[in-house]
Parts: sequence; C-alpha cells; structure tokens
Amino acid sequence: METVACPECDLLQRLPQLPVGGKARCPRCGDTLATNPTDALDRPLALVVAAAIVFIVANTTALMGLSAVGRHASTTIVGGVTEMWQQGEPITALIVAFCALIAPGGYILLMLTVLLAARRPPARPWVGELLRWADAMQPWAMGEVMILGILVALIKIAELATVDPGIGMFAVGALVVLFTSITVTFDPREVWKRIAHVRR
Amino acid sequence: MMATPLTAARAGLVACETCDLLSRPVDAAEPGYCPRCSGALEWRRPHSLQYTWALVIAAAICYVPANVLPVLNTTALGSTDSDTIMGGVMLLYTTGSWPLALIVLVASVMVPLGKLIALTYLLLAVQRGWAGGNREKTRLFRMVEFIGRWSMLDVFVDTFTVALVQLQPLMSVEPGPGVLFFAAVVVLTMMAANSFDSRLIWDAGTGRVERHG
Repeated sequence: METVACPECDLLQRLPQLPVGGKARCPRCGDTLATNPTDALDRPLALVVAAAIVFIVANTTALMGLSAVGRHASTTIVGGVTEMWQQGEPITALIVAFCALIAPGGYILLMLTVLLAARRPPARPWVGELLRWADAMQPWAMGEVMILGILVALIKIAELATVDPGIGMFAVGALVVLFTSITVTFDPREVWKRIAHVRR
Repeated sequence: MMATPLTAARAGLVACETCDLLSRPVDAAEPGYCPRCSGALEWRRPHSLQYTWALVIAAAICYVPANVLPVLNTTALGSTDSDTIMGGVMLLYTTGSWPLALIVLVASVMVPLGKLIALTYLLLAVQRGWAGGNREKTRLFRMVEFIGRWSMLDVFVDTFTVALVQLQPLMSVEPGPGVLFFAAVVVLTMMAANSFDSRLIWDAGTGRVERHG
C-alpha cells in the first residue's frame, strides 16, 4: 500500500491494490488518483508509434480542397499557418502552429522517447524530465478542436464553392482517436516507479 | 465537515506536483526538490492567486476587442465584408446550419465568458475563505480545465478559411485584428486555469490560505 496525497485537494490517503483496469478516486474531491491499465507501457508505445505515422500523413497531405470557376486550391496545416503569417497575423499564426503542430508533434516525440527509455529499469533521470515536458505539451495539443474547426470551415466555404475533404482531414481525425487512446492506456506512475532516485 | 481532514500539508508532507511522490522536506520554509524527479517542491503553487488574477484580468480585457473587431475580411468582386465572431455565428445560422452555429456560439462566446466568470468566482471563494461546496467548486474547476481548449475552435476555422479561400481577384479572405485578441483570450484563460492551484479550494477556511496563497 502506497501513501499518496491527492493532487487536486492534498488529502492524505493510502492507495489500495488496484485490479487490472481498476481506478482509484479521491474520496474527498473525486479526482482520479491512480489507474492500473494493462501493459501500461507497451500499449501506449504501440499507439504512439501509430500516432507518429498518422501525424506525418496529416501534415503532408491536403486537409481539404476547393474548386471554383475552374480553379482548384488545397491547404495543409502548415499552409494555414503560413497564410495567416503572410496575411499580417504572425502571432496568431504562431499560436495555431503551436496548438496544431508543435504541441502534438512534441508530445508524440517526447512520449516515444520516454516509453522506449522506460522499458528497461532503472530509467535515467532525464526520462522524468522529458515526461514532465510531455505533460506540459498535452493540454496544448488540440487535434480534436482542430478537426471540428476544419469541419466548420468546410461547411462555411461550401456555401461559396465546391469543397472536398482531403486525406489530411481523416488523418487528423485518426490522430484524435490515437491521442485519446494514449492517455487512457498510459500510466505515468509506471514510468516514475522505474526512475532511479537522484542524489542531490 | 466536523474535523479538519488530514492533508499532506498538515502532516508536514509535500506531494511532488510532477511525479506525485510524497516526501518530508527538511526545511518547511524551503521544501527544496523532489528526491525522485528533482522537480521543485512547493506546499502550494507560489503566488497562484496573483498569477491567476493577472491572467484572468488580461483575458477579460482582450475579450472586448475579440468580440468587437472583425475576425475575417471577405473580399468578393471588389467589395469587402467584415465579420466579427457573432457575425460568423449569424452567417452559419442564416445559411441553415444552426447546429454548427450553436457549436460556434457555445465554443466562442459562451465558453470564454463562462471561464472568466468561473475563475473569478473560484478566486474570490479562495480569498474570502468561502467554505462549503468544495466538491462542486472542484468540479467547476475541472470543467474550466476541460472545456477551455474548445474556444480555440474559431481560430482554427478562421485559419483554414483564410488558407483555402484565396482566389484572387475573384474572392479572398483575410484575417481581421479580432482573431489575435480572440486567440489571446483562449491562451490567457488556459494559462489562468493552469496556474490556479485547486488545493487552495480545500484550504479555504482552514487558515492555510494566507501563508501560501
């Protein structure tokens, strides 16, 4: 039995032994304290590898195309960012780049490194450092918001011209599912357990 | 609540914010670093309330130009149209896609405003020591954290509309100055939620707030 403090309300309590697939909640504030997913490292690793491939597809193929009066145009995520930059909104372009590219890409890269490095305990302290960064990136990776944004834009423009969804849009959709699966199957406590204590 | 529940802080223990490890700091005034992950240890996030207030106020200021200034300028056959956030919602509504209009209205107008109100209420509750309903307050905070990102919706809509509709000289769409303020509101409120230490909700009324808020 491990003694923990609830990260949301600081209540001191003992964690019971969790069955596989079980979940422990704080009795005071209801926050999830611990989960015990099956293969807490292997499954998320497989999902992260898949996410890395899908992320490349999402960024190299067109999100959507437009045809009007005999002309055709299409855009990618990077295309949206550069167009925003060139049209005089560099800060907005950077925010979009961060939420659509840097945060999700960084999260995938960091998680990939953490999960590979944590496979053989004891893990080095830098693994924890990278996990901390991955944690910080996660709220800013907005795949699911982006896919809804793409859909709304698609419907808005459909009033003016013929639009067609591209492969990139489906890739972003797949990325949303993969990201959610990673957070569900991953147990950061498993990584922390494997990190060697540092002497300072 | 009769007896004061035993928190880690009352027991003289600090939980690492990064890896959740409990440790007993040598010096209560300066808890130092986590022995496992070497993250900085804090009883409560330092100046959490001040940071959150500053970010909430900054976001509230940006909320006005975000809604008043146009987010998109559409040029079609020589004439230019400006659309604000509400204008975009009305456009979606009049073109028949009211479910989308509702989604954008909720994500772009109601969520940011709701977040500002909720965070202000939580800040006041902690500072004034309003005890009771802590579970509900925590639930409210979790909701703020969860739905905050969805306000970015309109920024993405504008970005991809601008990127795609570039059919000079027939028709082109340019971003307006409102979109920057709007993105700023979303980022600032997300940062505000991140800087708020939810443990302070539970500390309210137990006399720990003054020392660590």
